[in-house]
Amino acid sequence: MATETVVKEHDHHDTEGGAWDGGKQPFAVSYGKLMMWYFLLSDAFTFAGFLIAYGTLRFSSATWPVPDFVFSTTPFGGHGLPLIFVTFMSFLLIISSVTMVRGVQEGHRENKRGVVYWMFLTILGGIGFLSCQAWEWNNLINQEHMTVTVNPFGTHTESGTYLEGDNHDIKAGDAFAAGDSYLIHQHDGEFAPLKYKTDAGIEKQQEFGPKAFGALFFFITGFHGFHVLSGVVFLIIIMVNVASGLYVERKNGYEMVEKIGLYWHFVDLVWVFVFLVFYLL
Amino acid sequence: MGHKSYEDSIKDVYKGLVLLGVVTLIEVGISLFGKGHLGFKPGPDMQWLLAIVAIGLIVLSIYKAYFIIYEFMHMSSEAKGLRMTVLMPMLLLIWAIIAFFQEGNSWFERRDLIKQKNERSIKDKKVDVQGSLLQKEETYQM
Repeated sequence: MATETVVKEHDHHDTEGGAWDGGKQPFAVSYGKLMMWYFLLSDAFTFAGFLIAYGTLRFSSATWPVPDFVFSTTPFGGHGLPLIFVTFMSFLLIISSVTMVRGVQEGHRENKRGVVYWMFLTILGGIGFLSCQAWEWNNLINQEHMTVTVNPFGTHTESGTYLEGDNHDIKAGDAFAAGDSYLIHQHDGEFAPLKYKTDAGIEKQQEFGPKAFGALFFFITGFHGFHVLSGVVFLIIIMVNVASGLYVERKNGYEMVEKIGLYWHFVDLVWVFVFLVFYLL
Repeated sequence: MGHKSYEDSIKDVYKGLVLLGVVTLIEVGISLFGKGHLGFKPGPDMQWLLAIVAIGLIVLSIYKAYFIIYEFMHMSSEAKGLRMTVLMPMLLLIWAIIAFFQEGNSWFERRDLIKQKNERSIKDKKVDVQGSLLQKEETYQM
């Protein structure tokens, strides 16, 4: 039996023939790069856990705030523009990923100034994204009063008419359909849920939405934002290293730039799925 | 890495940018369509259309993920063993998604069942005195 398997292995002439025969790295990458890949794999599982928890809780709730209603504002007074701001944030991260790829390419050509230039643009993209996320959080917390335990965004399960207005977009007598989302505004620091009458004639009051929404939103976008922040910090450190000429003499050249590039692309990748799960679906 | 010229590599990167940008815009368009912002709103009786919207979004996002991993992270030029050890474990998530969404669904049905039972005990509370050992209330009063 043993001799048969040995003979089989020698007959195997594929492109990676001999990768595991010893004397060289089977995966043909350095230890640092390999460990970065495995770290990213573990981090992907962490985020997958959070996003799956989001899906589970959302499926278990009778109603859920409709994302294009909740996220329809932009800085400088934008109103009623569903998903526009968060699409802009996605583009910021995509562009910063592209500038990162350019930085790595310049690293391969040992173009020190090019690497610094493209890494700087990547950092700007990352800081831009963080600023946008900060604005989004401030808007939700201070303007719309959503917290980790309080969710003033609800969705109607039946159609009806409002009996009072809220001095914002709703006037007394406005009709709504099942599936329409609403925001309970605050007056003088107190929530003021509006009274309405369903089409069946029952008088009810606006109810708060599922608590889990606030907790999940802040936790998941916060965790992702933390990754963006740490990515920006590392990018700055490595850009300074590049500028100082640290990698010019190294045997592996600008591989450090590649490694942080992998991390940065991972951050973009996670955002693709957070964007999908929270905003698009 | 050395088989493409510098200029071609740069062009590929910008083609990638355009590709990701266009796919993102299509995703946003599909999502807004599904929620009724682009004129026609699929009603609750058109579940099949909403399912197509959801599947379309998921497929496009997975395509973006594939592109970012294979092209931007250069996974396509890595050794097959590395590729497998990083990507194969992700397939476990397929089972995780199926299991947990099924769980969420069963929680939803329990909540619904509890709500129904609550309403039932309020509305249908009629005790039939005839045939039970209880006498009418008046017989207990002195």
